[in-house]
Amino acid sequence: MEKSGYKTPYLLLIFFLIVLVVGINIGEVEVVLEKAISICLSCIGIQ
Amino acid sequence: MMLDLRRWIQIVATVLSNAWLLFPFTGTIYQGKLKSFCVPGLNCYSCPAAVGSCPLGALQTFMANIRPSLTVGNFHIGFYVIGFLGLIGSLVGRMPCAWVCPFGFMQELIHKIPSPKIEIPRILAWLKYVMLVFLVILLPLLVVDLFGYGENWFCKYVCPAGTLQAGIPMIILQPPLRGILGTLFAVKLIILVVLLVSMVFIRRPFCRTLCPLGAIYSLFNKVSVFRMVHHPDNCVLCKQCYRNCPMGVRFYEGANQKDCIRCLQCLRKSCKYGAISYEVAGALPVEKKQPVKES
Repeated sequence: MEKSGYKTPYLLLIFFLIVLVVGINIGEVEVVLEKAISICLSCIGIQ
Repeated sequence: MMLDLRRWIQIVATVLSNAWLLFPFTGTIYQGKLKSFCVPGLNCYSCPAAVGSCPLGALQTFMANIRPSLTVGNFHIGFYVIGFLGLIGSLVGRMPCAWVCPFGFMQELIHKIPSPKIEIPRILAWLKYVMLVFLVILLPLLVVDLFGYGENWFCKYVCPAGTLQAGIPMIILQPPLRGILGTLFAVKLIILVVLLVSMVFIRRPFCRTLCPLGAIYSLFNKVSVFRMVHHPDNCVLCKQCYRNCPMGVRFYEGANQKDCIRCLQCLRKSCKYGAISYEVAGALPVEKKQPVKES
């Protein structure tokens, strides 16, 4: 594999780390929690 | 019989993902703060025992709620989940499927039931990308109600993990729910049963054909920090790697194929010729055995 190919994973890591931090900072963690602590009947095919 | 390291990690991951054992007494799901975090594998967050969030369910929820979110200026479009999945994918590609996904673990156990084993057409592997694009992204995003809210299409209409881990347990725990069961639940039950039966005969049928989470991770296989390496000079095309692969990957056709879940079974239990190894960031080739090519 070309040596330049080794940079790609690190660039991706940095990019997605930034995306993750942005998500945390704009309050998306709370959105995930809010959804996950209630039973979504339609999501599990009951209703 | 001694369990290997991967099996132990699968057991631990399954237990840790579903560690809320008080649900028979509470009669409902875990509602603590741990659910702020996604687990790396497919594990329905409406499962009464689940202590984390399913990244696929969370991603669909963001897609389904984008319009109302943008309307009020929140910009909650799923950065948190996309960042989480991207980080894992960039590090290890599709490895979570082999090591920490409870549903993948279950499929491997069921496949151990003695029976004739059959192979599926390779073209079916593309179906999971159709699921990802349409049921996880486009339909939740585009098919919305009067108020702009979409639905979790994959969870609602397909996900067998949700039916098994959440649907069935919830109707046992909360008997009044039985009264509202309809055609949708019957269809999901049929999907589940068909998949459960097929698991006996086919290696990881859900992972290979339907799982959008595996589809996401698979996109990183060729560009992740951890990568498999094929040494064609050592390969004698014995196809032992293919026979032992839980995903039916033909490693001899090239490393880091989209269905490779990095279980390392080919490396540890199949290849005697030093044709398979792995690397971390391209810098540390490890476990590359000396070639013992037969004359």
